[in-house]
Order: sequence, then C-alpha cells, then structure tokens
Amino acid sequence: MATASVNKPRIRAGERNGGSLPARQPGRFGPYGGRYVPETLMAALEELEREYEKANRDKKFQQRLDELLRTYAGRPTPLTFARRLTEKLGGAKIYLKREDLLHTGAHKINNCLGQALLVERMGKRRVIAETGAGQHGVATATVCALFGFDCVVYMGSEDMRRQELNVFRMRLLGAEVRAVDSGSRTLKDAINEAMRDWVTHVRTTHYLLGSVLGAHPYPTMVRDFHRVIGREARAQMMKAAKKLPAAVIACVGGGSNAIGIFYEFIKDKNVQLIGVEAGGRSDALGDHAARFHGGSPGVLQGTYSYVLQDAAGQIANTHSVSAGLDYPSIGPEHAALRDSGRAEYVSASDADALAATARLARTEGIIPALESAHAVAEVMKRAPKMKKSDAIVVNISGRGDKDIGILRENLKLE
Amino acid sequence: MPLTFYRKPALIAYVTCGDPDLVTTREIVLAAIEAGADAIELGVPFSDPVADGPVIQRASERALKNGTTLAQVLTLAAEIRQHAQSTGLVIFSYLNPIVRMGTEKFCAVARHAGVDGVLVTDLPVEESHDYLRAMRRNDLAPIFLAAPTSPDSRLKRIAEASQGFIYAVSRTGVTGARQQLAADTEKLVRRLRRMTKLPIAVGFGLSNAEQAAEVGKFADAVVVGSAIVERIEQNCAHEATAVAEFVRELSAVRGESI
Repeated sequence: MATASVNKPRIRAGERNGGSLPARQPGRFGPYGGRYVPETLMAALEELEREYEKANRDKKFQQRLDELLRTYAGRPTPLTFARRLTEKLGGAKIYLKREDLLHTGAHKINNCLGQALLVERMGKRRVIAETGAGQHGVATATVCALFGFDCVVYMGSEDMRRQELNVFRMRLLGAEVRAVDSGSRTLKDAINEAMRDWVTHVRTTHYLLGSVLGAHPYPTMVRDFHRVIGREARAQMMKAAKKLPAAVIACVGGGSNAIGIFYEFIKDKNVQLIGVEAGGRSDALGDHAARFHGGSPGVLQGTYSYVLQDAAGQIANTHSVSAGLDYPSIGPEHAALRDSGRAEYVSASDADALAATARLARTEGIIPALESAHAVAEVMKRAPKMKKSDAIVVNISGRGDKDIGILRENLKLE
Repeated sequence: MPLTFYRKPALIAYVTCGDPDLVTTREIVLAAIEAGADAIELGVPFSDPVADGPVIQRASERALKNGTTLAQVLTLAAEIRQHAQSTGLVIFSYLNPIVRMGTEKFCAVARHAGVDGVLVTDLPVEESHDYLRAMRRNDLAPIFLAAPTSPDSRLKRIAEASQGFIYAVSRTGVTGARQQLAADTEKLVRRLRRMTKLPIAVGFGLSNAEQAAEVGKFADAVVVGSAIVERIEQNCAHEATAVAEFVRELSAVRGESI
C-alpha cells in the first residue's frame, strides 16, 4: 500500500530483532499512530511522554489518581443488569456499564483527572481543551476548578448551538469557552484551534486532549486513564455471571470510552469487541462519521489512522446527531484492532440512536447520551440473535441530560 | 543549483496555490521572481492547517473551494520551472495530501516538475525515515522546521536530516504577520549555526522590509508568507502587480548579489 510508505514502523537504530519484524515503537499500533505535528510542539510532547512514564512508575501518583476517582468522580461505577430490555429483546443478557453515573456525567472525567495530576507535576498553570458534545469540556473545566488552573475550551459554534447547556456549565465552572467558526464548526475544527493555541503558548500551557487521538503519547496515555472502565467491568461481570461476556459493545468517536472498556478484554479471545460508529443520515461522504465504512488511512491532527477524506487527501466534513461522534478520524489503536480483526466496527444511524435512547429510557429508566445510544442501538440489533446464556456488556459512556434539546427536536412523543 | 542563495538575505516568497485560482498563482509567482524573489514556496492548501494563522487559513479555504489539489500544484511547479530556471522551488505542504498521493509517486512527480525541495509542516524528523529515502532517491532536498522550543538534541537531528536550507521558525505560534521580531529568533539561528553549514532561513511572522533587513544580519534567507497572501487577498484582480511591488520593497533593503 503506497499510502503507508512514510508511516511504516521502522526499526530504530541500535535495536536488533533479527531484521525481519519491525520493533514495537512507542506510540505505534501496527502502522498507525505516531507523532505528526509541527516542530514547535515536539519538545512539549517529549516532555509529556517523559512525565507520563515517570508518573506511571510512581506509586504515589497512582494512589492520588485512584483516590480522586473514588472520592471525587464516583468510581467504581456499577454494572447494571438491564432486566426489562433483556426480556423484551429475548436473547442475550444485557449489562450496562454505568459511566453515565460519574461526576460530570460521562467517562471523560477519568482522563481529565489523570492529566490534571500530570499538569501539576509539570508545573503548568494553563490548560486548554477541545470539546464536541461538551462532555470533555465540562470535565476539563471541572478539574481545572478543582486544581485551580486557568482553562480555555475550544468548541465549534455549531456544537455550541446544539449543546448549549454544556456551554453554560463550562462557564459556570470558570472556564472560558471560545467559539470556533472555521470548517464545519464542530469537533475537528475545535481541535485545530486548540492546536494553534498550544503551538503559540506551548511553554506555559498543557493541551488536555480528550480522546485517544492526536500525537503520541496521547492515544496511549488517554487509553490508560480509561482502562479502569474495562478492569471494573470484567471483574463485575465475573462476579455477577461467573463468566465473561460474549460481547462488549461501545460507541466510537475518537474512541476513548471504547478502548477503555475493550482493553482489559483484548486477551480474552472469546469476547467479541464491537465498536459502533456514527452512521449519520446516509452513506454519502459528509453525511456520517463511520471512518471504517468509507475512510482510508491518512494523517490528521497528529496521528496516522483511518480518515474520511477525498481523493486528494482533503479531510471530509462529517455529520452525526451526536456531537461527540462527529469526527473524521478515529483513534489509531482502533485502526490496528480493526485491521487485526480483534475488534469489529459497525455503525448506527441517527435514527437508530434516537430510537435506542427512547427505548432505554422507557425500559430501564436510563437516558443515555446520544453517543452511548449508538452502542445501545447495536445491542438492540444483536441481542435477539444471541443465546440466552450469553451476556453483553454495553458501555453507557455518558448520560443524556445534555441532549434534551436535540431529543425534544427529534423525538415525537405522544 | 536553484537552492543556492547568492544574495543576503535571500528572499523566499510563499504563496498558497489556487488562491484565488491557479492561473493567477502562476502570474503572481512569475511576477515575484521578476521582482527579486530567490525562491518560491508553493503552498499546498489543506483543509486543516493547524500551523497556520487566519490569513493562510482563509487562503486555503478559497483555494480548496476551487478544488485545488496537490497534483495541480505539481503541474503548476512544472510550468513555473519552464519560465524560471534559476529560482528555487519548494513545495510546502501538510503531510496528508502527500500520503494520499503516495510518497514515492509524489517525489517522482515533484522531481519531474523541477521542484528543488519539500517542506512538510507536520512531519518531524523522527517520522520521516521512508520519506527521506524517497526524497533522496529523487534528488529532492528535505527541508525541516527548527523551532525556538527545539532543544539542541533535536536541532542536531534536524540539521542532519535537512538539505537545501533549514527553516527556523521565528517564534512559537502559527503563521501570520507580526509587528515585532521575537527576541529568541537570533538565538535559535546561532544555535543552529553550530550544527550545520546549510543556509538558514527565518520565517513565521515576517511582514516588512525592516524586519527582513534585521533578519538579514544573522540569517541567510527570509521567508515572507502571510504578508504576501494578505496582499493577494486585498488586491482582487491585480494580485500579481501588488505582490511584485511588495517583493521589490522587501528586495530593496538587500545588498547586491554576491
């Protein structure tokens, strides 16, 4: 494949491995990942990588993070057996991993607390972030309030419109929300603007990236901060059902909640891992955000992964009813999991997600975020075809309060 | 050797190709050469220009609205080469359009077009192994950015991987005209000098003849980008004349060719 020629993992000087297999490079997932940023940012990424590696070996850091997750964020989150949904669908037993119950309403807080501790170690005082649905922005604003950092959140003006409640929450928490009017005025454009801020203020500012995207070390580091989801879910499943689930299902925008819940199950070869992308309103380029169904390998915003793009390498616009999935690239580790066949990626349309939201609300009394509803939609398709003795774990990565406006516009309730 | 600079400081003019359209870009480039530009950076428009400020972002949007592609930019380079044999031609691009075309194919076509060097904004040295091989095979000069934030260990790698010249970024930040030259620009150039005999060009934020003259005291070349693109934006229908006039202004502060 000619397109991968600049990106092939290569054997680093001094490493010997028989000259056949490429060495495993940090930040590479198969051929994907890497660090594709302007030179100005390289030193900051190297510093972050060093600091993260040090923190990883530091028991005190881990203890402080665990304590914050427990006493501030509300971990562990429960695994809820969805009895009525299971009965209605008539197949596999459905378990919900309740990240929606975390402080700030989504899994995003796991990563924000971890990075905030790193910011403190690095002695920086200013934090910037991008946000799509606003969940990561709210989580960032929250930890900045908690740690006393200055906080600027970049958000596409289209997303600000559809997630106005979260915009207000961020401002209430003391963050400055800057509207981004370029491109499609959504998540991708917010990341561009955050990167421009970072390249300008890199000496004093930490970029608190909110997904398993961007240049190394972000995809690895953000994954590690979310691994707790899968660790808990696996143990809870073993306790509840005395066996592993047949399938683990999660929605995939950048892919942080999905990699977080998948990671602990990768070694369990009998557990199917299923990621659900945003199918949007049609299969046409520009109408969806299903990178594995129409995308091809490319470099966007620091990483080599699947990207929705045109024949000349320009990044395509995307659409999804859920702002958090509305992004043209996907975390590089997902690209590797997909290529190896270890995980499978499907998509759910806007309409499927909206229907799934109402279904979960009415059968279980849980209103999922529209992002998470994409995973629920896949459960609804898959569970009836599975054996009653099988179990599915689905990650309810966030709650739907932020989506009430969109839900009201789109759901005709009698 | 079109990337050999005979005047100090040499003047490198950046344009976003396809803004307002490719025919006009050709006129602008030829006029800039005529007016004294020693090398031209042919900017390839990209949908997500994270290293660029508002001026080049807007230019990129206009160029993409016209459907400008990397392939067309390379065709344009070949046309310019026919008219200007001794001017340095550098392709200035983000990585993805090159990856999409295929690095090998890109380098082969660029060489055939008469391009001298390539600068890829978001390709740092450590990710450039296969790219460097393709560049070398096609006799193209890989030009890398050096930043004020780069520690000496990185500058060394950058110096080793670069050919043609090294592009020193005058400040942390995105492209765009500024009133003042950053204080650490000269320091960065001095640090680079210890590591390379290659010419050093300074860019990002240079917008007038005074700044060019100041940079000329310690660097070999100045890159003027956003200030040129701004003139293109503001002089609809007579872009080439306006750019030529500006390039002559910038040129006037330099000494005779050496």
